[in-house]
Amino acid sequence: MSEAFWALGRASGVVLLVLMTISMLLGMVTRSGRPLLHLPRFGVVLAHRNIALLSIVFLTVHVGSLLLDPYAQLRLADVLIPFGAAKSPLAVGLGTAAFDLMIAITITAMLRRWIGRRVFRAVHWASYALWPIAVLHGITNGSDGRSGPFLILSAVAAVLVVAVGAWRLTEGFVEHRRSRTEPAR
Amino acid sequence: MSESLHIDWTRCRGRGVCVELMAGLRRDEWGYPVVVGGGSDLPIAPGEREAAEDAVALCPLLALSFRPSSAA
Repeated sequence: MSEAFWALGRASGVVLLVLMTISMLLGMVTRSGRPLLHLPRFGVVLAHRNIALLSIVFLTVHVGSLLLDPYAQLRLADVLIPFGAAKSPLAVGLGTAAFDLMIAITITAMLRRWIGRRVFRAVHWASYALWPIAVLHGITNGSDGRSGPFLILSAVAAVLVVAVGAWRLTEGFVEHRRSRTEPAR
Repeated sequence: MSESLHIDWTRCRGRGVCVELMAGLRRDEWGYPVVVGGGSDLPIAPGEREAAEDAVALCPLLALSFRPSSAA
């Protein structure tokens, strides 16, 4: 039975890498205000939100199954308090830090109407820290974290996030950039 | 009581989501939404309440809100 928890923990971790990467990419496309291929702008916003929420489901499975796995030696406190785990505290701690960030980012996103745009935005910026921390957690803590397929998956994800992130920093990222920055005539 | 969808242009950054969802809006040349008839309040037609709720919920800048339509 404990083998099953271990398998579930690993599988959900791989799914999380994929979902969180897609969520990151869609979040940046949302910020650009551009449609994505055949997906209209509101579709991009919805896809970003729903995939992020779906990753919360997989995060619950991921943490829950590893809590039940006796080999992981995870205590309840390790879920929220980073770097205190009995086994590989640093690698587990990265996961805990990512977990805490993810909860904070999700709650503030859901409450953004009430807490205001400024708080929402400030916390949402932490996504750019969350994503690399989570990837590093996967590589350092995953049972197959240093295996070829997982490293290739992580590398592909990293190239995509860095590429879209670089596009975000360019002049033409936001729609209507030209008409907005041209001097009025 | 009839309602309008109010655009707060001080918050708006012209991301264009609401224009896709509401029929009575168009984008100006800078990408900002404007009510087709002019102004910043779009009267909500009976069948459009749900679309308007989506627009309010999905606006990335929280720039949309419901307002009771003024008599004017």
